[in-house]
Amino acid sequence: MVNYIWVFMTIVGLLFAVINGTWHEVNIAIFDGAKEAVTLCIGLISVLVFWLGMMRIAEESGLLEKLSKLFRPLVKILFPDVPANHPAMGYILSNMISNMFGLGNAATPLGIKAMEELKKLNGGKTEASRSMVTFLAINTASVTIIPTTVIAIRMNYHSASPTEIVVPTIIATLLSAIGAMLIDRYFYYRRSRKG
Amino acid sequence: MAIITYISLTFIPLLIGFILLYGTFKKVPTYESFVEGGKEGIKIAVSIIPFLVGMFVAISIFRASGALDALMNAIRPIMKSIGVPAEIVPLLIIRPISGTAALGMTSDLIAVYGPDSFIGRLASVLQGSTDTTFYVLTVYFGAVGIKKMGDALKVGLLADVVGIIVSIIVVGLIFGLK
Repeated sequence: MVNYIWVFMTIVGLLFAVINGTWHEVNIAIFDGAKEAVTLCIGLISVLVFWLGMMRIAEESGLLEKLSKLFRPLVKILFPDVPANHPAMGYILSNMISNMFGLGNAATPLGIKAMEELKKLNGGKTEASRSMVTFLAINTASVTIIPTTVIAIRMNYHSASPTEIVVPTIIATLLSAIGAMLIDRYFYYRRSRKG
Repeated sequence: MAIITYISLTFIPLLIGFILLYGTFKKVPTYESFVEGGKEGIKIAVSIIPFLVGMFVAISIFRASGALDALMNAIRPIMKSIGVPAEIVPLLIIRPISGTAALGMTSDLIAVYGPDSFIGRLASVLQGSTDTTFYVLTVYFGAVGIKKMGDALKVGLLADVVGIIVSIIVVGLIFGLK
């Protein structure tokens, strides 16, 4: 699937370059896109190293396990395939908590770690498991409590009340997370019916 | 609100302090563990470079060639007929594809229409309640080597659609349509 999407975007883009005569823009875009990706990854090194270092301490001291015990009832509903004391639970929870507080740079390393553990649970297969799809759905719905960046932008443009969007954002984000979970369940049952 | 701001400000420093103290209390070799865990971070960051380069180049071509604009123009009338303001449509399309571009568009919409307008508020809520599905998918699956995504993309994009619809309704109900 990702192969087709990738080729589709590129080829359609090239077709439009023919139609619009935007060859110059496309030439720049190719190298700018590549550069932006690398810059982003280099920027990620600092947060990845720091948070994965911290989380290693949390894991070895048993803190992650404690955390997953605390939220076990909730997460058990969301991830029925993950054993309660598995380290994946701890990472999934820390990822969700970081997202809630708008700590995107802490959330990414934890999310990757969670995926890694879920892959181990799935026997190291290169196919996405049920829990992986659920975890992704939660992440794309992005449950946020404090949209810090947006508040900063609104302050910049002299909003009468920069934070008035906090409550609507929480309501919207919760409802869309519930929606995401329902969609995820629907696709899961459709898959399992097909066998 | 002051409390929420305070929590978000102090959360990370306090969390770090707590992890370090708890680790010391449990007799974990804290510094050595930190370094071992950190090494993994370098590996992951480097290993996702090819995934992101591939995706970003395709997205850049799609955008720079004018294909994205054509897509938006095609979708705009449909969106308008179900009550979505035309001004917001580009943001809806860019949101799952590129986080930085979406953030740029949100600031632009807020700058042009004002932070306290319907469009400004809707852009703010949208930015907070949806995420860059393509990026999350590429990074998370790329880092651990998942080749078959299954329903992940479909579920992620449909979740974004739900987020958009919910945001429009919530903003409309709370602030009105002005």
